[in-house]
Amino acid sequence: MLTLQINGEQKQFPADFNLAALVNTLPLSGKRFAIELNGEIVPKGSHATTRLQDGDKLEVVVAVGGG
Amino acid sequence: MVGPENHADTFLIGGRAYRSRLLVGTGKYRDFAETSAAIEASGAEIVTVAIRRVNIGQNPNEPNLLGVLPPSKFTILPNTAGCYTAQEAVRTCRLARELLDGHPLVKLEVLSDDATLFPNMPETIIAAKELVADGFQVMVYCSDDPIQAKVLEEIGCVAVMPLASLIGSGMGILNPWNLQIIIDRANVPVLVDAGIGTASDAAIAMELGCDGVLMNTAIAKASNPILMASAMKKAVEAGREAFLAGRMPKKIYQATPSSPVGDLIGTK
Repeated sequence: MLTLQINGEQKQFPADFNLAALVNTLPLSGKRFAIELNGEIVPKGSHATTRLQDGDKLEVVVAVGGG
Repeated sequence: MVGPENHADTFLIGGRAYRSRLLVGTGKYRDFAETSAAIEASGAEIVTVAIRRVNIGQNPNEPNLLGVLPPSKFTILPNTAGCYTAQEAVRTCRLARELLDGHPLVKLEVLSDDATLFPNMPETIIAAKELVADGFQVMVYCSDDPIQAKVLEEIGCVAVMPLASLIGSGMGILNPWNLQIIIDRANVPVLVDAGIGTASDAAIAMELGCDGVLMNTAIAKASNPILMASAMKKAVEAGREAFLAGRMPKKIYQATPSSPVGDLIGTK
């Protein structure tokens, strides 16, 4: 099992999980989003090749209303 | 003579020409239907958004702001609202650029404290330098200090956006004289950002010679946001035309009446 911290919350995932697989579990369908892995942005094109490790910290952001 | 209809009065932000000089925020509306209707009524071409964590584990069918305001139709201007350090603001801008497929235009705002939301100018300047060096087109929220505005222009910001009064206060233009100095000296567009309360405030900003006005709460928190959006559109256009027309000089009293002085009835 992998323990990942996503937007401050601890979540469990199967071992051998990549970023594209993680994205499919999040409510991001049809949305534009961006992801930081341990403080570094991972470009969309690299999600499928980015392996996740136990303890990784992710920030997943979207656009919301603001001034 | 240049009339209002045949005058293509555009302004440039980051090399792109815009017709609407009213930029609007997308926060504080009741729902996305109201957001969409108000923005439509405002005629805005540039709309600001905030960048926030997605609520993981929430309803996957949660409505999507950029579905309502597609980047194909609007220029999306991501902001750094809520950032109190240069580092947080730069990080937010980089996430926004990734989210918008490399779109480099951002609204930089670095705040000082949560009571006033006054711009933190030392941190704003640090962030502006870093963002410009990294290829961003930076529209920057700043104090109405003409020296700071000039510093930001010299760093390479594409627009300076002094506050009229505090964010969300609706207090209108508290220091038109400082804004006038900033406008007179600027070589980049000057937009009043924050503090607009009602249509006359927007008109005054434009009459001063601002290139545009950015507002959110004045529309979103009006009793009828859609009607206020329409009012703001007209106020910005009216103020702009009045600025271009060149107002008459102010005089305390006027010795030349508008009507002829002769041929009055009952005279000899």
